[in-house]
Amino acid sequence: MAFAWRSRVCALRHCSITGAPGCGPGAKGECGTNNPNAIEVRNLTKRFGEVVANNKVCLSVRRGEILALLGENGSGKTTLMNMLSGIYFPDEGDILVGGEPVVIRSPRDAYALGIGMIHQHFKLVDVFTAAENIALGLEGGPVIDRRALARSIREISGRYGFDIDPDKKVYDMSVSEKQTVEIIKVLYRGADILILDEPTAVLTPQEADRLFAVLRSMRDDGKAVVIITHKLGEVMALSDRVAVLRKGSYVGSVETAQTSPQALTEMMVGRAVALDIDRPEVQRGEERLKVVDLTCISAEGVTMLDKVSFSAYGGEILGIAGVAGSGQKELCEAIAGLCPVQGGAILYAGQVGGVEVHENLVGKSPMEIIKKGVALAFVPEDRLGMGLVAGMDVIDNMLLKSYRGSRGPFVDRGPARALAQQVVDRLAVVTPGLTAPVRRMSGGNVQKVLVGREIASSPEVLITAYPVRGLDINSSYTIYHLLNEQKQRGAAVLFVGEDLDVLLELCDRILVLCGGRVSGVVDARWAGKEQIGLLMTQTGKGDAQ
Amino acid sequence: MTENAKTAQREPLVRIVKRGDITAGKVWLIRALAALGAVLTGALLILALGHNPAAVYGQMIVGAAGSKIALVETIKIAIPLLGAAVAIAPAFKMKFWNIGAEGQIMAGAIAASYFALFYSQSLPRPLLLGVMLLAALAGGALWGVIPAVFKAKWGTNETLFTLMLNYIILGFEQYLQNGPWKRPSSGGFPKIAMFDEAARLPRLFGVHIGWVFVLLLVIGMTIYLRRSKQGYEIAVVGESERTARYAGMNVGRIVVRTMLLSGAVAGLVGFLQVSGANYTLTENTAGGIGFTAITVAWLAKLNPVVMVFIAALLAVLQKGSGRIQTEFLIPASASEVLTGIILFFMLGCEFFINYRLVLRGRERKNGQSD
Amino acid sequence: MDSLINLLVAAVLAGTPLLFGTLGEILTEKSGNLNLGVEGIMFMGGVAGLAGAYYYERAAQDPSGLLALLIAIVCAFLCGAFGSLIYSVLTVTLRANQNVTGLALTIFGTGFANFFGEVMAGQSESGYAAVGDTVKAAFAGIHIPGLSDIPVAGRLLFSYNILVYLGVAAALALSWFLRRSRKGLSLRAVGESPQTADAAGINVTRYKYAATCVGGGICGIGGMYIVMVTCGGIWVHDCVGGKGWIAVALVIFAMWSPARALLGSLVFGALSIMRLYVPLGIPTQLYDTFPYVATVLVLVFVSLRRRRENQPPASLGVPYFREDR
Repeated sequence: MAFAWRSRVCALRHCSITGAPGCGPGAKGECGTNNPNAIEVRNLTKRFGEVVANNKVCLSVRRGEILALLGENGSGKTTLMNMLSGIYFPDEGDILVGGEPVVIRSPRDAYALGIGMIHQHFKLVDVFTAAENIALGLEGGPVIDRRALARSIREISGRYGFDIDPDKKVYDMSVSEKQTVEIIKVLYRGADILILDEPTAVLTPQEADRLFAVLRSMRDDGKAVVIITHKLGEVMALSDRVAVLRKGSYVGSVETAQTSPQALTEMMVGRAVALDIDRPEVQRGEERLKVVDLTCISAEGVTMLDKVSFSAYGGEILGIAGVAGSGQKELCEAIAGLCPVQGGAILYAGQVGGVEVHENLVGKSPMEIIKKGVALAFVPEDRLGMGLVAGMDVIDNMLLKSYRGSRGPFVDRGPARALAQQVVDRLAVVTPGLTAPVRRMSGGNVQKVLVGREIASSPEVLITAYPVRGLDINSSYTIYHLLNEQKQRGAAVLFVGEDLDVLLELCDRILVLCGGRVSGVVDARWAGKEQIGLLMTQTGKGDAQ
Repeated sequence: MTENAKTAQREPLVRIVKRGDITAGKVWLIRALAALGAVLTGALLILALGHNPAAVYGQMIVGAAGSKIALVETIKIAIPLLGAAVAIAPAFKMKFWNIGAEGQIMAGAIAASYFALFYSQSLPRPLLLGVMLLAALAGGALWGVIPAVFKAKWGTNETLFTLMLNYIILGFEQYLQNGPWKRPSSGGFPKIAMFDEAARLPRLFGVHIGWVFVLLLVIGMTIYLRRSKQGYEIAVVGESERTARYAGMNVGRIVVRTMLLSGAVAGLVGFLQVSGANYTLTENTAGGIGFTAITVAWLAKLNPVVMVFIAALLAVLQKGSGRIQTEFLIPASASEVLTGIILFFMLGCEFFINYRLVLRGRERKNGQSD
Repeated sequence: MDSLINLLVAAVLAGTPLLFGTLGEILTEKSGNLNLGVEGIMFMGGVAGLAGAYYYERAAQDPSGLLALLIAIVCAFLCGAFGSLIYSVLTVTLRANQNVTGLALTIFGTGFANFFGEVMAGQSESGYAAVGDTVKAAFAGIHIPGLSDIPVAGRLLFSYNILVYLGVAAALALSWFLRRSRKGLSLRAVGESPQTADAAGINVTRYKYAATCVGGGICGIGGMYIVMVTCGGIWVHDCVGGKGWIAVALVIFAMWSPARALLGSLVFGALSIMRLYVPLGIPTQLYDTFPYVATVLVLVFVSLRRRRENQPPASLGVPYFREDR
């Protein structure tokens, strides 16, 4: 409770420091005050259950400008833009297009108002051609005039410098080609406000440069362009103005020309907030996990982990920071044996029942890892889709990894029931009962069940991916406490997190990933938030220890 | 919680909201209402034909359970239905859509018949029946595992694959019936010879002991699904393959193993049909049982104990319709029509168990009291 | 030569009901609905078509064969569409399992048709429900003076009943609809990726209903063909006898293409009657399994090759609810 109050005060104070929303004086000539905004939102609020994703956000975008919407993961950027494109409906607040208040109920409404969004996950039909995808869902005669369609696609392509074959099937396309189709689809529908959600996340640097050229020519064409990003380099290179969101609230906006990456980082991550998370002092133990040059390439051929090397020791919490999609998921799953590895080694050293176990985990299935006596526990990000069985009760979920342990062909639910009761009691899990499906429990309680099960096996290495995501404050503190207990017990704990304040207070060391590479390892006791923020957004040389 | 008038207007007229929790009482109330709806719809149909619905329904029950002979016949209809539904349960629990119980029954029946026809003289009766049983298990398992292997290896669509296998084995049976296994004296209507006494299942309380087998199967499958490690694995794979992998399970192996079991149990039903009910093999040995059993299994939510009652209900309908044909001259196909109507209502009512409808403007307040 | 022509003509006649069933199911599956109730729907269409022609003939003073044909088509279509409507309400609106609902529809439709077929028979003086010669003539092969008399080609092309030509026309029209028309594109998008279609402003529910019901109507005409042509306009118990399931198989065999369905139904039609014409030394019952074996091979082949065009619609059998996205 105390924490919540303090952080709110701080956020408010911070807002007032940063200055009033909207454009400052001295804007470029053609963006003068008498030019109405292409789109403007006032006091927009969106809640998902208890979580406030957007809290009274105000924002405006002018014609003929590229606005970068900057913020950390979970700061509410995508939610805000989804309200503009008709995916979500706001709980409160107004949206104005060209100065007029509008109601946007569906993507179709958004198109009618000239708003087009290019989502991070493309919405394309794989077996259709580019042209078919572009024409999909449009009104018109009974037959699609393919020649006219191809002509206008070529016309749009020519105007903005795209290179696309209208008859190519989407499944034959590279990611950047698919993105091009999405952009043309939006332009073909006459959009003059374009929203791009992390458009460069899937592109090579060269492709990103080409995209930027296209976006600039759209701006020069008088269109309003919003790009959602957390890459400071892109913001500086591309945008005219930057708006910053933090934890669902609007922080402020500045002209790109008048700011610096350092200033933006501070706006994005905010000042350090005291959370009063315990960090018990524990003598650092032995090396439990040594990752050497770990490389993972996704099924689409994208390098997700690029020669990642680090060590995790008993008696410490190693934080893993990075913007979303920097390779955190692949790293965790590779260690747990769930993600194919293309190169490198994952060396485990631990004691099981007084016996030393040394194993290279690469190439081993989860089953083999368990059988080898490797005491490794993994709390995945996707709780109900991977870590737990949503339709089963707490008892049966306790069995998930241990059901093989009992002798004979039958499952022994006795110990599981005892363990379930223990987890429920100790972690204060609120549940309709041990026999109610975990699907019915709230996120925090689901997480407690998952973490409770994983630590029950007394692992030497405990990997947790975003264990407090979506949890309320009390539940979060319960989880921190549990992780600290494991650390004091001598386990090596990996904590993949997104809130830098938490990482800085909870962890002993923080490893920062950027684009699948280790951009630095810092000591959490001395590191600053800005330092980590910069490491997250650029592939620095880093002062790897 | 005051609703913004503007927002209320934008809301759609009826919204579908997932129910968080529902009491068992309400679940049964919804199901009872659906059953009542089905009965009333059937009654309308009967009325339209100019009969008294109450009398017709009454005669159906009399026809199905009014005498010992009728009851025996009804039970004989229910046995394979129940057995096949039990066979389907593990596959469906795993979300492997095995539409092939029909063919697996036939495969088991053919395998059992082989020994009944050609070894009845050379083997003592208990051994003969034992061998027939094993052959039926093996035959059904073989026919069930083929699509499973393809599914596990290449992701071949199991619904369509199992469906096709039904017709292939049926053609094979017809070939046997018309060719190598044809009874020489059957002439223009080719038939397979009746089994020797030794190859026939004994009776217990007037019905062939298949009913004992099937009830044992119900108990066994209940225990298997609820208590065994393999049953646990089936449930996890059915809920989420990702979770199964996370837990270190070999999904492909579980799929293959479960279909071996599912097919084997269906094969056993084939054995009961040829050795207990018909004493011979015909092209109607499976006779749609494999398909109807799917609906039995599904309506029972894959719970073998509940299947007993649903199989019994469908058997009563089927047997009772024979009675109303003689009493009221209503065609016996009425049983299928009624079965279909009941299925439609029961399938539809699940929606109201899982979701509730919220009318515009009647927000959470009503939701809570509901 | 003569026996080859006989075989081809017989194959076309035997393949036409399969063609209707296949076309209807292709249209249905293109919307993402795997309707296993084709058998039941064909039964329903069969009995409704017969009933329409039969009662019209009895009511009219001077029955017109052509009108009877038209009535039979309309009745069969409407009844098939009605069966599919039940399926759509249950699976699309009430979110019931598609496989189980389809099987329930097969049980219902089979019973429905046999029931009313027997009721019709029971009410007639003769004890069986059969149409008269005028109506029967409308379902017989046509004879176009000149064209039908051309040697070989006349028999091969211009000797069938009107429904055969209707089926070919339906296949071509459906092929055109799916490949060229705007609504066809939307429908395919619904079956491939309902999320994408929804985001593009396409009413997924409406498309699923429409495609499934029209598809059911087309299947119904196939059932009517069996009753009016194959059985000669009289109700025969269990007359559809598995042809609906062959249609489901044919959809796979044709890899969801109406044009290939034309060829496929000819092949399956030929296989089903070939034993009468070409003795291969294989027992006839094994002959009968060829269509199914061929389908399994195609199914396996398709899953091995993974060529994108030949795959089932990506969302086939998967229900779509917007809030799940």
